[in-house]
Amino acid sequence: MNASVIIFYIISALILGAGILAVTTRKIFRAAIFLLLSLVGIAALYFWMEVEFIAAVQIIIYVGGIVVLIIFSIFLTQKSGDEMPKPLRNRSVFSALSVLFGFAFTYNLIRTNRFAESSPGTFQVKVSDIGTQMLSTKEHGYVLPFEVVSILLLAAMIGCIVIAMKSKPAQAITES
Amino acid sequence: MNEITITHILFVSTALFFIGMYGLFTRRNMITMLMAVELILNSVNINFVAFNKYLYPGKLDGVFFTIFVVTIAAAEAAVAIAIIINLYRSHQSIDVEDAGEMKY
Repeated sequence: MNASVIIFYIISALILGAGILAVTTRKIFRAAIFLLLSLVGIAALYFWMEVEFIAAVQIIIYVGGIVVLIIFSIFLTQKSGDEMPKPLRNRSVFSALSVLFGFAFTYNLIRTNRFAESSPGTFQVKVSDIGTQMLSTKEHGYVLPFEVVSILLLAAMIGCIVIAMKSKPAQAITES
Repeated sequence: MNEITITHILFVSTALFFIGMYGLFTRRNMITMLMAVELILNSVNINFVAFNKYLYPGKLDGVFFTIFVVTIAAAEAAVAIAIIINLYRSHQSIDVEDAGEMKY
C-alpha cells in the first residue's frame, strides 16, 4: 500500500459515489452538481494516469462547458427546487437488477481475461507529439478525422441555432 | 493489492458505465438522461486511456480517440440541449412521457 494506490482508491470512490448520487438524487440541481464532482474525479484519474493534456481537456470541456450548459438549461426549463417524481418501483427494481447482472458478467470477463504483455516503450504524452501526429498526413496521422470532426462541430453549431431559433409569428414576418 | 493493474481501472470504468445505464433506465427527465449519457461517454474515455497506458505505452492512439470522443460529446450535448429547450417551448415539460406524438 503505497501512496499512489491509496490515491487511486480515493479517486475511484469519489467518481463512483458522485456518479451514483448523480443518477439517484431527486433534486435536479443536486444531480448536476454531483455530475460535476464525478467529472472532476475523472479528471483527477487522468492526472493519476499521467495524461495531463487529457485531464486539462476534460476540465475545460466537461466541467467548464457541458455542465455549465446543463445548469443553464435546468434554470431555463425547471423549477430547480422541486423534487422530481419518484421512479416507479417496478422500474427501478428491474433496472437495478439488469444493471447488476450486466456489471457482474462484464466484470467477470475482465477479471478472468489475461491481458497481453504491454509492448515496450514508456508512456509519455507530450503535447508537441500530440499536435504533430494530429496534423500529420503520413501514416498514423490523424488529419482526416480532425477535419471530419471540425465539419461535425460546424454542423452541430448551425443545427443548434436552427433548432433553438424562435420562429416568429407569421404576422410579424409579413408586416416587416 | 499492492499495485494498480489495468483490471482495477477497468473495474472503475465498468461500474461507471452501468451507473450511467441505471440512470438512463430510471430517469424520465430529459436533462437527467443527458447527464447519464455523459457518464457513459466518460467511462469509455477512461477505457481508451487505460488501454493506451497499460498495453501500448509507446503509442498515442487511445489519447486521440479520447479527444475525438470528447469533441463529439460536446457537440451531442449542445444539440440535445437545443432540442430540450425547443421541446419545453412547445410542451411546457421535458418529461419524455409527455412527448409521445412521434411514437405512432
